[in-house]
Amino acid sequence: MTIQELELKSVEYREKILRYIYNAKAGHTGGSLSVVDILNVLYNRIMNVSPENFHLNERDRYVQSKGHCVEALYVVLADQGFFPEEDLLTLCRYQSPYIGHPTKKIKGVEQNTGGLGHGLAICAGNAIAAKKDGLPLKVFTIMGDGELAEGSNWEAFMLASHYKLDNLCAILDYNKLQISGTNTEVMGLEPIDKKLEAFGWAVRHVDGHNFEELTSTLESLPFETGKPSFIIAHTTKGKGVSYMENTLKWHHGVPDKEQYAAAMEELEGIRTKILE
Amino acid sequence: MATEVIKTAETANLEVFSATLQELAAHDRDILVVTSDSRGSGKLGPFGVKFPDQIIEVGIAEQNLVGVAAGLASMGKKAFAVSPACFLTARSLEQIKNDVAYSDNPVKLIGISAGVSYGALGTTHHSLHDYAVLRAINNITIIAPADNFETAEAIRQAAETESPVYIRFGKKGMPDNLSRQISEFRIGKGRVVREGGDLTFVATGEAVLPCVKAADLLEQTYNVRCKVISMHTIKPLDEALLFETAGNNQPIITVEEHSVNGGLGEAVASFLFQKGFRNSFKIVALPDEHTVSGSQTEIFEHYGISEKGLVQTALSLIQP
Repeated sequence: MTIQELELKSVEYREKILRYIYNAKAGHTGGSLSVVDILNVLYNRIMNVSPENFHLNERDRYVQSKGHCVEALYVVLADQGFFPEEDLLTLCRYQSPYIGHPTKKIKGVEQNTGGLGHGLAICAGNAIAAKKDGLPLKVFTIMGDGELAEGSNWEAFMLASHYKLDNLCAILDYNKLQISGTNTEVMGLEPIDKKLEAFGWAVRHVDGHNFEELTSTLESLPFETGKPSFIIAHTTKGKGVSYMENTLKWHHGVPDKEQYAAAMEELEGIRTKILE
Repeated sequence: MATEVIKTAETANLEVFSATLQELAAHDRDILVVTSDSRGSGKLGPFGVKFPDQIIEVGIAEQNLVGVAAGLASMGKKAFAVSPACFLTARSLEQIKNDVAYSDNPVKLIGISAGVSYGALGTTHHSLHDYAVLRAINNITIIAPADNFETAEAIRQAAETESPVYIRFGKKGMPDNLSRQISEFRIGKGRVVREGGDLTFVATGEAVLPCVKAADLLEQTYNVRCKVISMHTIKPLDEALLFETAGNNQPIITVEEHSVNGGLGEAVASFLFQKGFRNSFKIVALPDEHTVSGSQTEIFEHYGISEKGLVQTALSLIQP
């Protein structure tokens, strides 16, 4: 997929995220919009995972540790052909398997997540098992910035470098906002790069909305042989919809009819610009 | 007549666990043991020496222990996560609930030095809550073997089970087999280790042994014949055996090394009451109070989980 195709794909993903959240009247809007470009690159350019190879142990693994941004994951998985997209019209409805956090009931989802601070340890287990079996696969997780306050992550950070898990890559969706405020106000993270380096990880910063940067960074894994890789992806919460960007209330805000129409119009404008 | 003396203090169930794992690991490279600096207390030193590629140390980090084990299990490994029961089922409870049970990653959770095995080390090291919290979590089997035989079989069968299992045992030497005849063990099926029609003890884990001793004494001294069930699987409960047992309308005493709240006793009572049984019924367990200090044996005696205490309880139900 070319850079332009990736850009157009992300516009489409954002439209769908908003469509299904609007339909469900529920969802984590801001974070889904901040994380979706990373998922776009992972699924369309980097990972060896598809509906066809999903039963094979050789496939790459992706565990969404920030499970609440499931709408972005569902939209990407539907686009990959894991399930019919119209299933998402049942999102968060009575008896629908498409609940508000990732569940293995949905093909393409590797682990049930939702409680924060769980994904990395599971991925570390995947990575150890892959090394033991001599499988050349890679294991990915995306974590939220607020999530890093969970102590369990730091247990897993220690372990991953202790076991030299260079087949493991954790990506921080660093939009710098969490439900009660900025990370700085709630629980300061910085200097997050130095902390991870001190924990034995190889660390890189990227613009989490720049497809070239995301691609070249993810294609250069592992950053150092014998070290797990940590990508600090600087993102914007609510990315793509100007009135949502960097605005706390869109953490799990649901647009009304007018807001939805305005968001779709703005995304259409972005599409037109890309095609110019 | 029950005249055979129960031999005790031979081998701890913990040691049998370690030996059984070695036996399994020798033929199956997918058997992996994950420890939280608990290799020594889990008697896993010899395992680590023999199978260095099949033991994974995570350090003193129980949440990570369970999360990593879930990741291993999801890749097809038979992961045994070994940690003191007190930490395993409290500190990492959310990982058990989400990463193991809810995600259906078939980790084998091994709670060592369970109940009040740590004795005078105190409440921080006791696990009197584990049956209760795990009973309330969907998709996990709970097992507390009573003797060496049950321990070995529980480990062997758990290794082949494609769903999450929790097994707990203590440190004390236990008899090889509490039953004189029965050498069958099946997860989910209680073992009748003594037959008798006057009263039934339904017990689990290390609390079965004092029941057997009490049953033998009751028969010899009072001519009271007691049935003793080792209800090694607390969930799923062997309801058929309970149904059959309660049918004679004789007293039932449940005995466990656990809080009186939420354990075997309440599980049995709930089943029997809802089925309409109204047998005399008594739960012998640790009361809802700060646990008395002392060794495991002293704590057992203090709360009546002993030959003497159980004989008294039995007689009080038979001769009210």
